Amino acid sequence: MASVEAPAAPLVRLDRVRKEFGAVVALQEVSLEVGAGEIVALVGDNGAGKSTLVKMIAGVHQPTSGEIVLDGKPVRLANPNDSRRQGIEVVFQDLALADNQPVYMNMFLGRELVRGPLRRLDRARMATETQQLLDDLDVRIPSPRATIRDLSGGQRQGVAIGRATHWAQRLVLMDEPTAALGVQETARVEEIILRMRDRGRAILIVSHSLDQVFRISDRICVLRRGAQVGVRETAGTSGDEIVALITGLR
Amino acid sequence: MALHEPSTDTSPATGSDPSGSLLARMRRIDPRSYVVYLAFLLILAFFAVTLQDDGFLTSTNLLNIVKQTAPVSVMAVGLVFVLSAGEIDLSIGSVVALAALVAAIVLRDHGLVLGVLAGLGCGVGVGVLNGFFTTALRLPSFLVTLATMGLVAGIARWTTDLEAVAVTNQTFVNVFGSGKVGPVPVLVLWTLGVVLVGHFVFRHTRFGAHVLAIGDNASAARVTGIHVDRVRLAVLVISASAAALGGLLYAGRVQGATYTLGTSDLLIAIAAVVIGGTRLFGGSGSVVGALVGSLIMGMLTNGLILMGLDSNQQMVAQGALLLLAISLTLREPRGR
Ligand SMILES: Nc1ncnc2c1ncn2[C@@H]1O[C@H](COP(=O)(O)OP(=O)(O)O)[C@@H](O)[C@H]1O
Ligand SMILES: [Mg+2]
Repeated sequence: MASVEAPAAPLVRLDRVRKEFGAVVALQEVSLEVGAGEIVALVGDNGAGKSTLVKMIAGVHQPTSGEIVLDGKPVRLANPNDSRRQGIEVVFQDLALADNQPVYMNMFLGRELVRGPLRRLDRARMATETQQLLDDLDVRIPSPRATIRDLSGGQRQGVAIGRATHWAQRLVLMDEPTAALGVQETARVEEIILRMRDRGRAILIVSHSLDQVFRISDRICVLRRGAQVGVRETAGTSGDEIVALITGLR
Repeated sequence: MALHEPSTDTSPATGSDPSGSLLARMRRIDPRSYVVYLAFLLILAFFAVTLQDDGFLTSTNLLNIVKQTAPVSVMAVGLVFVLSAGEIDLSIGSVVALAALVAAIVLRDHGLVLGVLAGLGCGVGVGVLNGFFTTALRLPSFLVTLATMGLVAGIARWTTDLEAVAVTNQTFVNVFGSGKVGPVPVLVLWTLGVVLVGHFVFRHTRFGAHVLAIGDNASAARVTGIHVDRVRLAVLVISASAAALGGLLYAGRVQGATYTLGTSDLLIAIAAVVIGGTRLFGGSGSVVGALVGSLIMGMLTNGLILMGLDSNQQMVAQGALLLLAISLTLREPRGR
């Protein structure tokens, strides 16, 4: 296995992480680092274990063995709230948005802003902050008070990514964030991902599109049937090499 | 008109309030959310004209309508929470009877305070029971509350042997029935109080936002850290407790309780809530709309009686009008 120099301060380090579901070994011994301002792509065939890896860092599953290390400290992520408290946010494949609620409510879902002794929802401030954040990322929506179901697929994904960026102090996990999008919308979402990286977030992205992986990632981690078969600097590898690693054919 | 065209450049105007102009706000209002107010005015106008000589539009009669609908209005407020969370509570009609009977009996034997507490306690208890089976055992609230509807109605009949229980405690009758504060009947005050508190909690607290989020997309709510099961339990306790208060209001108004109280109220309350703009499948709702929906239902009953329809004819007319109202308020826009 090729080992690649990691950046000076890896925010997140996986140390020989393994996951079994009963008799099924979904992941065997994956070691990976993601640094601040870095995009690492996770590729592999269906069933390779990509989602399982993401879910372990998201606190949905717990490793059978091995460690997840944040800023040098091993952590136990027993549930999604643990992960969130550690500054890790996930952009889910099936957009975790509430369709009939306004954009700003989705942005602050579970962490709504309140004011006054009665702890009234501060809708105005949530709307203003949502507008600022989406402006920063150049996500264009008609209004932060628009209802999610009135937005396009790209706008929705923009909102989901905006939410992750807003709350993620450390790491944003993305599981095929553009799988359901058209060409133009994909390009917009990629721009948003790059801007998120520029703001110093570490990003781990699962993608089926090698073109996309080569457009935006700094490093590529290849999984095959639960095994980590290689990590490459994107600039120093080729599509052919990655395809060979994914399929196991030379 | 060009000024009013939706702008194709969706980047926000710099420095403007993100809520947008009044016009932009008005464009975002779902027409279905104000149909109920329109329907209210139309029905009011219709009866005012056709029943001109029968005293429909007298203040006494209008106040009567509000007083008669008080229990249903209170139940409707609770139901807004349940439906908005994507759940349902079919047990509320039975809870009305049980709470009224238990309150009447305990009131007679142990006094006012314990009577009221026991009545409301029935609501909390049934709500917790519904919530436990719905959350801990992951059963659909539709089936759980269908079962407790029968269970609770059975207890109400069994414990009283189908006998009516009279309420003679004058304080109770004043507070929950025929009393007035100044010129305002207490039943009107109870309605207003419950609607105001309900509206505040629903519209202006984090809890209300969580109720809506869960009804909209429970897994999305869960991954953002909302305690989905706690909220589900809470809405079921709220609706059963509201129904128990409705039972007390009945007991106060008719100065007694029987197992038949509230039996027809479940459907009327659901109709009121749904006409009032609450989605039957969760994710959006309105407490004020539910009050207006409840007043519409009360107005229909009252108007149809004044028109001289017997109760069978009333049922037919109510059903037909309900279909009309639902078509107007609930029709999903095409292509969604
Ligand atoms: N909750 C689970 N229980 C049992 N097996 C699972 C579970 N989740 C994933 N797996 C198995 O783990 C393997 C990897 O799955 P997954 O991580 O979803 O792959 P990918 O996202 O790369 O397509 C598959 O064989 C899958 O069947
Ligand atoms: Mg997957």
